[in-house]
Amino acid sequence: MRVAVDEREARPAASATASPAPIRSWSVAIAGSGGAGVMTAGTLLLEAAARAGRYGLMVRSSGPQIRGGEAAALVRLASVPVESLDDTFDLLVAIDWRNVGRFADEIVLAPSSIVVGDADEGEVPDIFAASGARSVPLPLKRMAREMPGSWINMLALGLAGALGRLPLAALESAVRASWHRGDDALAANLAALSGGYAAAAGLGGASQPSEATPLAPARGRRWLVSGNEAAGFGAVRGGVRFVAAYPITPATELLEWMAPALAKVGGALVQAEDELASINMIVGASYGGVPSLTATAGPGLSLMAEGIGLAVAAEVPVVVVDVMRGGPSTGIPAKSEQSDLSFAVGGLHGDAPRIVVAPTSIADCAATTQWAVHLAEALQTPAIVLSDQFLGQARAIIDAPPLPDGVARRVTAPANDPDYRRYRDTPSGVSPMAIPGTPGTVYTADGLEHTESGIPSSQGRDHRMQLDKRSRKLASYDYGPRWASVEGSGAYAVIAFGSAVGPVREALMRVRAAGLDARLVALRLIAPIDAAALAHALDGVSRILVVEQNYGAQLYRYLRAYADLPGRTESFHRPGPLPLRPGEIVQAIREWSAR
Amino acid sequence: MNDVAAALAARTAQDYKSSYKPIWCPGCGDYSVLSATTKALAKLGLSPEEVVVVSGIGCSSRIPAYTRCYGFHGVHGRSLAAATGLKVARPDLTVLVASGDGDGYSIGGNHFLHACRRNVDLTYVVMDNHVYGMTKGQPSPTTEPDWDSRLAPGGTGLRVFHPLVIALAAGAGFIARGFSGDPNGCAELLAQAIDHRGFSFVEILSPCVTFRPEQREWKERVRPAPVAATSDPARAARRLMTDDGFNLGVLYVADRPTAQAGARAATAAPDDLVREFER
Ligand SMILES: Cc1ncc(C[n+]2csc(CCOP(=O)(O)OP(=O)(O)O)c2C)c(N)n1
Ligand code: SF4
Repeated sequence: MRVAVDEREARPAASATASPAPIRSWSVAIAGSGGAGVMTAGTLLLEAAARAGRYGLMVRSSGPQIRGGEAAALVRLASVPVESLDDTFDLLVAIDWRNVGRFADEIVLAPSSIVVGDADEGEVPDIFAASGARSVPLPLKRMAREMPGSWINMLALGLAGALGRLPLAALESAVRASWHRGDDALAANLAALSGGYAAAAGLGGASQPSEATPLAPARGRRWLVSGNEAAGFGAVRGGVRFVAAYPITPATELLEWMAPALAKVGGALVQAEDELASINMIVGASYGGVPSLTATAGPGLSLMAEGIGLAVAAEVPVVVVDVMRGGPSTGIPAKSEQSDLSFAVGGLHGDAPRIVVAPTSIADCAATTQWAVHLAEALQTPAIVLSDQFLGQARAIIDAPPLPDGVARRVTAPANDPDYRRYRDTPSGVSPMAIPGTPGTVYTADGLEHTESGIPSSQGRDHRMQLDKRSRKLASYDYGPRWASVEGSGAYAVIAFGSAVGPVREALMRVRAAGLDARLVALRLIAPIDAAALAHALDGVSRILVVEQNYGAQLYRYLRAYADLPGRTESFHRPGPLPLRPGEIVQAIREWSAR
Repeated sequence: MNDVAAALAARTAQDYKSSYKPIWCPGCGDYSVLSATTKALAKLGLSPEEVVVVSGIGCSSRIPAYTRCYGFHGVHGRSLAAATGLKVARPDLTVLVASGDGDGYSIGGNHFLHACRRNVDLTYVVMDNHVYGMTKGQPSPTTEPDWDSRLAPGGTGLRVFHPLVIALAAGAGFIARGFSGDPNGCAELLAQAIDHRGFSFVEILSPCVTFRPEQREWKERVRPAPVAATSDPARAARRLMTDDGFNLGVLYVADRPTAQAGARAATAAPDDLVREFER
């Protein structure tokens, strides 16, 4: 029986014996209208936290306008890694209040929270005031005017950094490192930074992490990265050297990261005319022997369905990263949802086995994407990576994740085999692939059903043989310990995937601290479902809760259809756009376990 | 002559033909396109394993398996996309793309525009029979407006699509027209097209004897183009717009830089990329 636990994954320490204390952290929302520089302030705050040896996470939220709409940088800082936003914010700094009230659902405040706003820019919107948070007016605009050449967002950064207990030196060094303008402006803005930092002294009282800030670790032990970047890195590391893709939110940054990266490692990226082209381009490139990938979101994945089916039938390895967003149709482009799961596991015509994997955290985007390349290549089949907008676009300070060894290995055919048959019916189902250029093994790859040699055939015998072969190669493969992270013990289990894992993991820390023993099964291998490993991981479990972020309980239904789940299985699911938070999952777990 | 040169010189069209029997109707123009293709490859002396024939779906798209080269028979309309990926990833290969007028101009129309524009070094051969053969006789973008069919009784009433003009406007650097009834002429055009650096487009009038038997008369209508190929796009536009669709030969050649040259040599190892994340 396989070992179900993958200890190598970077995550907050969780073990069967000692329940770790729930995470203490400090959260700030910096908001304002477009052009106010709130994203810059948030990015620099996170950068400074990294330089100060802290962990943290930043989520960007903005209105529908292409440029200049309202924006909010949501930052959570802690002395341990954090994988989701907290339930409430300790501080809201508004550079102005124009349309910032639209973020009320996202920026939840508590009576202990502080709201800092410029009284000259208007009143604190009722929707925030109603939380009971303490409102502190600060004339940010006037303060900035007194330091000619300075920007208000630097005051906000200083203020947030001070209340988040970051050393001023870390903030200064983050600003200096990102500076691309003149020295005079730098001096003015460093002054604004200090001014904001000093202004915090008068505010007091925000809840702050009580743990002492650890010293900065040696450089290289930590990463500041988004899931999209990590996925791109995992792909390159796995051997991907060709990418074709069409821009789409929220996958574009993955492509923008890969374009220069591929140029450096001797690969190429083509911006395709549409997703029909992207998928067919990567199938063509991979047929040529070069591991290939595309990245997209739901609308693009829908367009790619026929091409992914071609990769199944012609047995061409390709990786498709789907950075999921709210659907159906154009849906909610910049917000996370886990609603493409049903399509990923079932959305191709014909009996078309394919690999579907999902990273369990921002850090895991690297290793899981690398694994997807490896699986696609080893099994000569398409692998879909179900990332999502939260994992893809959030930036986090993480421990440098351990990465799997090795690059993709495809079984290729030797030259001059007089009996070469491309789709030979082998015991494993994987047949050696002749790469163009190899003499004496020419064949035609075909999406038409075919004989072992690749000649089109509509004979029942050939169809059956090839269906069996394509199914067997996925079903009989040993996926090893990466299929899931299984953490904790007890008769209660929570199953989750993708960006739901972070808040579920944190919720479980809280309920364990309160005495409820429950285990987590964070699935990485969604299709084919490893039923034996799952049964082993759920050994002794009497109650299961499946947690996911979509309207239709897609993972719950999928597991009910394909796995033998012990005991009683229930579902907690809700659609986007708001990311799942630990508190609501704690609530769901309490209600579920009390039922 | 050394051994390699001798071996090359010894190659004949037969060396590029597979033993697999085509499914085409007797008399279909596509047989001659196949023979023109193998003749062109023999003429250029390319090693069969260095050549890939990529296609979509249709009678015409069956051609890859009938050659003894590497072949890729993909999905309907996407041959140019698959070929573009292959050529950018593997610039060392010679990539031929085969299509029909439905595959290439209708479902694959967008890829046609962008392949011309992108100018990747591909040779694109469209066997134009002004009909959907494989699906048994529906109108295609190049079908005459008054052609009566079950799907469009009395004709579509639609203007025909003008692939050569569109290729020119979209930036193709080599535009030629052939007729399957003249396989030697087609072989010559294909050899020149393969030799051309960048995207080359060869439209071959290839009768569908089953659904368009009247196309047997094409042999009476075709003629060599009265003037030599031009490299002036304005002149080419006028000629292509005004000809009756039966002038044969290379009609336009221009030297355009190919933008997607493919991958360059590596300057970093994958693990070097991690530095930008490290803190
Ligand atoms: C996505 C999709 N839609 C429709 C078809 C059905 N189909 C197969 S071939 C074809 C048209 C072929 O016509 P053409 O490209 O002119 O080639 P010909 O058969 O005439 O050589 C169609 C519509 C298909 N295979 N795939
Ligand atoms: S239907 Fe027409 S195009 Fe197809 S094989 Fe027969 S003659 Fe050729």
